[in-house]
Amino acid sequence: MLYINCPHCGMRSQNEFSYGGDASVKRPELNKELSDQEWDNFVYNRKSLRGKHLEFWQHISGCRQWIKVERDTATHEIFKTFKADEEVA
Amino acid sequence: MTQAFRIENVGLINRDKKLSFKFNGKTYFGYEGDTLASALLANGVHLVGRSFKYHRPRGFFGAGVDEPYAVVQLYRNGETEPNIKATEQELFEGLEAKSVNCWPSVNFDIGAINNFLKIFLPAGFYYKTFMWPKSFWYQIYEPFIRKAAGLGVASTKHDKERYEHKYEYSDLLIAGSGPSGLASAYAAAKNGAKVILAEDKPRFGGTLLTSDVNIGNQSGKDWAEGIIAELKTMPNVVVKNRSQIFGYYDHNMLVMSEKVSDHLPSTKKYHPNKRLWYIRAKEVLISSGSIERPIVFGNNDTPGVMLSSAAKEYLKVYGVLVGRRPLVFTNNDSGYETAIEFKKHGVDPVVLDSRKNPESEIIDEAKNLGINIKNSYVVVAAQGYKKVKSADIASISEDKKQLGKMENILCDCICVSGFWTPTIHLASQSGNKIKFKEEIDAFVPGQSKQNEITLGAANGVFSLEETLKNSFKAGSELSKKITENDIEIAIPNVVEKKSSQHDKFWCVPLPKGKNYKRFLDFQNDVAVSDIEIALREGYRSIEHVKRYTTLGMATDQGKTSNLNGLQLVSEIENKVVPAVGHTTFRPPYTPVSIGAIVGREVGKHSKPTRKSPMHSWHEKNNAVFVDAGVWLRPRYYKRGNENLFEGSKREAKNVRTNVGVCDVTTLGKIDIKGPDAAELLNRVYTNAWLKLPIGKARYGVMLREDGIVMDDGTTTRISENHYHMTTTTAQAANVLSHLEYYLQLVWPELNVNVVSTTEQWAGAAIAGPKSRDLLQKLFPNSDVSNEGLPFMGYIEGDLFGVKARIFRISFSGELAYEVNVESDYGNFMWEKIMEVGEEFNIQPYGTEALSTLRIEMGHVAGSELDGRTIPYDNALEGLVSKKKDFIGKRSLQRSAFTVEDRQRIVGVVPLDKQTSIPEGSHLVKDDKAPLPNPKLGHISASCWSVEYDNPFSLAILKDGKNMIGQKLFAMSPLKNKVIPVEIVSSHYVDPKGERVRS
Repeated sequence: MLYINCPHCGMRSQNEFSYGGDASVKRPELNKELSDQEWDNFVYNRKSLRGKHLEFWQHISGCRQWIKVERDTATHEIFKTFKADEEVA
Repeated sequence: MTQAFRIENVGLINRDKKLSFKFNGKTYFGYEGDTLASALLANGVHLVGRSFKYHRPRGFFGAGVDEPYAVVQLYRNGETEPNIKATEQELFEGLEAKSVNCWPSVNFDIGAINNFLKIFLPAGFYYKTFMWPKSFWYQIYEPFIRKAAGLGVASTKHDKERYEHKYEYSDLLIAGSGPSGLASAYAAAKNGAKVILAEDKPRFGGTLLTSDVNIGNQSGKDWAEGIIAELKTMPNVVVKNRSQIFGYYDHNMLVMSEKVSDHLPSTKKYHPNKRLWYIRAKEVLISSGSIERPIVFGNNDTPGVMLSSAAKEYLKVYGVLVGRRPLVFTNNDSGYETAIEFKKHGVDPVVLDSRKNPESEIIDEAKNLGINIKNSYVVVAAQGYKKVKSADIASISEDKKQLGKMENILCDCICVSGFWTPTIHLASQSGNKIKFKEEIDAFVPGQSKQNEITLGAANGVFSLEETLKNSFKAGSELSKKITENDIEIAIPNVVEKKSSQHDKFWCVPLPKGKNYKRFLDFQNDVAVSDIEIALREGYRSIEHVKRYTTLGMATDQGKTSNLNGLQLVSEIENKVVPAVGHTTFRPPYTPVSIGAIVGREVGKHSKPTRKSPMHSWHEKNNAVFVDAGVWLRPRYYKRGNENLFEGSKREAKNVRTNVGVCDVTTLGKIDIKGPDAAELLNRVYTNAWLKLPIGKARYGVMLREDGIVMDDGTTTRISENHYHMTTTTAQAANVLSHLEYYLQLVWPELNVNVVSTTEQWAGAAIAGPKSRDLLQKLFPNSDVSNEGLPFMGYIEGDLFGVKARIFRISFSGELAYEVNVESDYGNFMWEKIMEVGEEFNIQPYGTEALSTLRIEMGHVAGSELDGRTIPYDNALEGLVSKKKDFIGKRSLQRSAFTVEDRQRIVGVVPLDKQTSIPEGSHLVKDDKAPLPNPKLGHISASCWSVEYDNPFSLAILKDGKNMIGQKLFAMSPLKNKVIPVEIVSSHYVDPKGERVRS
């Protein structure tokens, strides 16, 4: 079980969180003309990387904040966590 | 029965407390502090079971967690548990156990015929033989294998025992209380670190309980007792016996199973049977010791053949002699230690040492005691069927290939020592890159991945002095990092005997013309010949050899067999062991009760049960409850002998003719506030929200980004910047998360706050033609006329002094209202509604009537919004705005979502107007078509229409738009039903929706 540093609450066990997918994907702006391919890329196509991955988690049984977690998908090492509005360096 | 093999005044058992127990129906006696194994051995019982494949007689091989044979079925306090190791099970008064793997009895086992057929059961036999013909599998092979195999029988009864989970955090977690565990725990504890020390056995001290060593002028055992006693007094230390750390997971989380009650005749009141600890440790010290390796020889599975360390433990801890004519077969000095203990207790052992001319202090001591030692000698085969009676021994050449002339010597047990295998499971599970250490011919931990360090024998260090030095140091240094204390500890001096080099020899060759089975894996009956076959057939990867032969795949997970298997493969393949590699160590290290893993999350505790504030009223009024998500809701209110069908029909009918009231507290409610609230709703819902007036409600549908309907519900504008959203019961939590996702991550610029208020409001739906009259009486000061409170209107009212929210919304399709009050007043509201409603013939209605009412109106619910449908499929495309963008809109343009014959909701009526259609039935064109019959759609929900008094169903049907009037078949192979049906509009009752507006 992962041990995640919630930037709002501190170190908490994984079972307080729920996973929210790839944080590098940005939702297209509203009302923007998009090709099928662009939309598919947003909705479906993910890289499923091995290695460093930026992902969303929600501290669902805690502060309910969505956070960003930089995690290695192969080793589960967590390098850093960020608040939702924090820039990822 | 006398305990003929118990010797006086030896051991750590409590001889003042005699215990009686039964094994295979026969009564025996033992003492408090015994294991089932030691008590049986004290009584001279060596035959405990039959082997898995050949049903050969099996006895005891070890004295603890590594035991491959002595697996029994345990009976305790009216319960039974399989797969219990007799070497771990502590004795209690009245214990009962039986052998497994044998039928009809352990003494006469029909399956043993496999033993004589064994030429037909080599590695891969099952894979090769039971493949063909296919039809034989279910009829013949599988039942046969199932009956013959197995390590006991699981109970089919509900488990009365309680299991607990506990979360703990520590600075240092130390696995194992042998010398390294004690020393490191002591040093860390002195530095003020929070320490957890775990020991799987009942007694602390590990090998110190059995070795002949001195620490600080005390015996090893006394030193260990002193350290443990001191640790127990320290507030920063938790010491736990009977506690096995069985898994090392990510981010330094380890899981430990504590056997709280297994050693007692029954579990004490308020105590759990087992407690599972989830421990998050800053540093982990693995001091799990090592397990003795056997040497492989002919018939080495005969009862009476056991590890020399086990024989020593039975003697020193339990005062039990495993034999009176022991033969010790060793390739290192450990065998001598066992022989010396025998000799000291009046028994004359014979030692066979595969080495030519070993010299050490231990060997000198053995020689001085006059022990008979034969160098360059090996056991070729054990003789005896149910018990060792003698051994064929021979001298062996220096290259270990040639055996000398065979001799037979009488013996009643063979104690075997093939040196030591470090227990590296936890280190390996943590991600440590283990490495092969040539000096000890075994794997040891290498590069750490997590904060873990392995000490002592588990790290391949067998000198006590070195172990203590390293362990005190490690405990000090690791705790110093955390507490910044640095208390100096004087390392006690150690007196131990020095050992000489072990012999690199683990498998005795077969003598000419002999075909003895030489077992590697005793629990799965894997012999040397099986490995040879696997390699001959081309298996090379050790992982493949393992699976083909099942080496190390039994419940003991190869603790005594894996390394000998690797050694053998390396010899045959002419490779060094590290080149062969090793199989993966996976948790759990030992079998863990399913009950312990599940913990308290059983039955109703698997999820919290939620009840509405009106629950006690429902109970008092004969409600029959149903699980709705995590909630308990009344399904119907039983009158007299009514069944569900009759009761729900009565309730639904009463709503259509008079008025009914339904508890809708469970609906998800989300309070939305902020200047951008309308903008959020406009982006989340498919329809337009910017112009909703204050005091008005609107029905809305929300999609996922992939265009699939996520949820529906009404949202009401309470005031300028304040909205009240409702969700379905099931999706309440998901919708809140969904809104938070978009507000926090996608559109943080929106100035809106959302919060769940599901628990804050109690809700009652009042529905039926007389609902307005009732409402007027409930709220005499409010204008609830069709003008004052029109359809989709909202007002606040005063319910006998309680502030209430009144929404004119309808799920039943009737003139209907929903009244909300603060939860604490829920029951008050409900009682007032029932009291005032009496003159209008009010009846409460449950979820079954609720479903009936919505189905015949064609209102969609969870069974249609099933994660596969878009708005069009639910006839909700009218709510999809063409002008604005919203979540999921772009997906609705996908070609599959816009095809002409897209699936769509329809109504379904059986032609005979009698037969109810099972939910889930498939709609097909031709009921006689060959299978697989092409499916056109499925029945999503069924009811008995109270309006027309016949069955009615909703279905999602391909090209539903153009199918009205068509005749199809509803087929349910599960219920064995084929029902001719007609497709009708989903709006079966009041298709124009006049009632809700009346």
